[in-house]
Amino acid sequence: MNAADTKLQAFMAQALAMELDAVQRYTEFADAMDMHNNREIAAMFRTMAGYEGKHVEQIQAEMGWTEPPPAPPGGWDWAGFEPPETVPSDEVHYLMQPWHALQLALAAEQRAEAFFGRLAAATSDESVRRAALELQAEEQEHVQLVQAWIAKVPPPDPEWSDDPDPPRYTD
Amino acid sequence: MRANPTADPPAEVRSIPLPAERRLRDSVSVAIAGSGGAGVMTAGTMLLDAAARAGLYGLMVRTSGPQIRGGEAAALLRLSHRPVQALDDHFDLLLAMDWQNVHRFADEIPLRADSLVLGDSGEGDAPEAFTRGGARQVALPLKKMAKAIAGSWGNMLALGLSGGLAGIPLAALEDALRAAWKRSAESLAANLQALRKAYEESATLGDAIALAPGPDSATLAQGRWQISGNEAAGLGAIRGGVRFVAAYPITPATELLEWMAPALARVGGSLLQAEDELASVNMIIGASYGGVPSLTATSGPGLALMTEALGLAVTAEVPIVVVDVMRGGPSTGIPAKSEQSDLSFAVSGLHGDAPRLVLAPTSIADCVATTQWAVHLAEALQTAAIVLSDQWMGQSRAIIDRPADAGCVAARLTAAAHSPDYKRYRDTASGISPMAIPGTPGIVYTADGLEHTEAGIPSSQARDHRLQLDKRERKLLQYDYGAAWADVEGDGDVAVITFGSVSGSVREALARLASQGVAVRLVVLRLLAPALPARMDQALAGVRRVLVIEQNHGAQLYRYLRSMYDLPGRPASFHRPGPLPLRPAELATAIIDWQRAEQPVAEAA
Amino acid sequence: MNDLSSPPVALTAANYKSDYKPIWCPGCGDFTVLGAITKALAMLQLPPHEVAVVSGIGCSSRIPAYTTCYGFHGVHGRALAAGTGLKVSRPDLTVLVTGGDGDGYSIGGNHFIHACRRNVDLTYIVMDNHVYGMTKGQASPTTEPDWDNKLSPGGTGVRSFHPLVIALAAGANFVARAFSGDPNGTAEVIAQGMRHPGFSFIEILSPCVTFRPEQRDWKQHVHPSPVAPTDDPARAARRIMTDDGFNLGVLYAGSRAPYAAKSAPAMRSVADLEAEFAL
Repeated sequence: MNAADTKLQAFMAQALAMELDAVQRYTEFADAMDMHNNREIAAMFRTMAGYEGKHVEQIQAEMGWTEPPPAPPGGWDWAGFEPPETVPSDEVHYLMQPWHALQLALAAEQRAEAFFGRLAAATSDESVRRAALELQAEEQEHVQLVQAWIAKVPPPDPEWSDDPDPPRYTD
Repeated sequence: MRANPTADPPAEVRSIPLPAERRLRDSVSVAIAGSGGAGVMTAGTMLLDAAARAGLYGLMVRTSGPQIRGGEAAALLRLSHRPVQALDDHFDLLLAMDWQNVHRFADEIPLRADSLVLGDSGEGDAPEAFTRGGARQVALPLKKMAKAIAGSWGNMLALGLSGGLAGIPLAALEDALRAAWKRSAESLAANLQALRKAYEESATLGDAIALAPGPDSATLAQGRWQISGNEAAGLGAIRGGVRFVAAYPITPATELLEWMAPALARVGGSLLQAEDELASVNMIIGASYGGVPSLTATSGPGLALMTEALGLAVTAEVPIVVVDVMRGGPSTGIPAKSEQSDLSFAVSGLHGDAPRLVLAPTSIADCVATTQWAVHLAEALQTAAIVLSDQWMGQSRAIIDRPADAGCVAARLTAAAHSPDYKRYRDTASGISPMAIPGTPGIVYTADGLEHTEAGIPSSQARDHRLQLDKRERKLLQYDYGAAWADVEGDGDVAVITFGSVSGSVREALARLASQGVAVRLVVLRLLAPALPARMDQALAGVRRVLVIEQNHGAQLYRYLRSMYDLPGRPASFHRPGPLPLRPAELATAIIDWQRAEQPVAEAA
Repeated sequence: MNDLSSPPVALTAANYKSDYKPIWCPGCGDFTVLGAITKALAMLQLPPHEVAVVSGIGCSSRIPAYTTCYGFHGVHGRALAAGTGLKVSRPDLTVLVTGGDGDGYSIGGNHFIHACRRNVDLTYIVMDNHVYGMTKGQASPTTEPDWDNKLSPGGTGVRSFHPLVIALAAGANFVARAFSGDPNGTAEVIAQGMRHPGFSFIEILSPCVTFRPEQRDWKQHVHPSPVAPTDDPARAARRIMTDDGFNLGVLYAGSRAPYAAKSAPAMRSVADLEAEFAL
């Protein structure tokens, strides 16, 4: 395997890690939402986890991997604390509505798209650039899919976060 | 006899004819007192040791003022040809190096007309508290005598005088001194000289108090031990398999922990000093969770701090043993004095329904076997065991026959790796479920103080709570504790029930009554919780009435027994709080009075 | 004998997560802390059954059952005591003690100080959200003095506890701060702490979405520590006493020898102990 191949392998491994992390986060959200009886959102997050899972399979199939490759020592270099396609853990709310969930997914896809765009522009390796652009284009499709989905869901109620039962019953 | 309100110490002990053997004096009681560096404790310890070497049994109780050093102190000894489990009703000899504050011990050193009070002629008269009973007074120039032998200590005179008067052979006294001597050879010589001088002097004072010659010989000493209750409990724990102790010092339990520190290290265990009792009890729970039989020791105030964690051990089913060396309570109470007032707390002082084991050794010697048994039971039943020792046993030393190994050791039911469908808190017929020990693969679980399912998952469901409560109770009630649950002695249609150190005085009282033809059955409880009604019924078969005897203000055992057992007739109580021990004569009087009080009128006619 | 089994499969973070779903509120920082702990364990490749997670009481103390390690869910404030007893008598196990700021610094404060002094080789992870969450919103020792709440209206008026300074002063051998919003950085710090001998203390800022929603802006305040970790306690003390409460990373990594139980020079049997009583 030549150096270019190694760079491509590394890039695709990072792309795979990104998808895997998104699967885990959406699954975690789905479980938490089930535990808090927000079944509709739990189902949506599970669906999103499923989509990301398909991307995982896609990349693994393309690269001929049965297991995700390990992270490099020191971990992957992301733009922020976490992979761009992972919704930050603190952005969910037990009463959130479909519109909110989709906004989070949209932002995630947009971050992923931007990430690949930056990477494509920054790399000197031609095969990596091509792969990055491909993935960016795919993320762009996902952005559009999510936007279309958003158009189909009603906007959130103005009092969506009001729980008639506050956490302290004496409140 | 109605339940006796708190009985005060009798101002005058009604005389009860003493058994014939007593006049030959098979027991002698000696008190050595003094203050500020007089060394009375050392003298007392050597006297006890000498008695042991002479083939005698004996007991030494210490009493002192609150000062850390230099305070007034007294060594209270009783020596005999037979095992000694209680102090006598009075002392035959009070030897005081000085009289500073020694009157503080007057209640603890009862004297009578045939007692001898020996003091230093340079220290003034004996306080009236000691002489009002008519005891014979003798004064010797003790300080001068000590000064006359350069390099000698005054307490060696005390040793020689008291040993000689008690009838201990000089050779045994000298051996005891040599064995204990840690200073130079010259000073040893000087002190041996002082010892001999005093021994000779004692012969001039009359032999009214000496022990009758008996089968004493040095060979009898073999096979005997000199040990304190605290040490005995520590040894019992190690025999039982304890290998981890977390310790926080508290009077009067500290010596137990200090004895265990090097002892544990020698058998591959360890002791860790904790920052407080909350830490020590939780540390032993952690260690036991890890599979290591663990123990701590404390007294009433410490046990109070440990209660939440005791409940955790009960609920999470983690075995632990807590030795409570009881002292005067409540709250800070009387730290250096004995009492039996933690019983109520031990048997019922946990929040929630939290059944646990409570045991009580019956004597200094029994501290070995009962603590060992407690370890075995805690481990077998996967629960918390409280061992109610007390200051009197814990800090006193006795010469005892070497205790045979009770033979029971920690044998926890553990789960095998990869046990299929493993559930830590599985409901079983016995109530005991195998415990997964960390490090074992395939059966990982989380132990929890929260109520839980059989798998150990936190649960607030009625079914789970009921199941687990039943399980934790059933495992204690279904276990076969065997004969050790109580010592049942003698026959008679009346019975005395007691526990702990008080049993020594009770036994002596009953022996005196037996020699007069008064038959009283004795039940000394060793297992206080769980209550065993079937066994109690057996023990009290044919008994019409019971008298419960204990050393506390609230009649705690009496109330506990009445709540847990159906006792025959109208149970009566004889109880008094610490700090003074219950003595054989007053108990014999109380028992006789009680036994006679409800004689059918027909007999009197 | 030939070992015909296949080479051991590397453990991944997923191997350390149990099937039990956390009851934490969606948005709770503890989710990512759990993830970070599992990642750290995977970095160290420790068999789960050789790790024990010991906790007290509180939302974050629920964590043991969410892992596939042995767990001990004890009583409030006493996790360090239980973990100490466990580690000292079972040195072969890896012991993680976990809990929150109330459990650790209030009722557990005394044990915290002495655990740092004792320097037993274990790792203490505190998920600090500056509030008592399980009991629904009272001030904890790390809460700002002017935070209005029902139990102390207008705030406690009492200066907040500075756990890292206390830990350092009391003798902790490794002091670090992490942030739940940075699970990979947190995992790295946890793994380092676990590798470091002696008492490793990691305070993890972990926002409470329900009772302290304003803590969502913590992510704007945290930043990597501007200097490398020091092994000089005096230098570490100066830094930690003057830091803004948001410095992330290993702040102090010392070289105290970890606690070692004393063993006697010669091992003896139980029967040998009896000799001292024999006459």
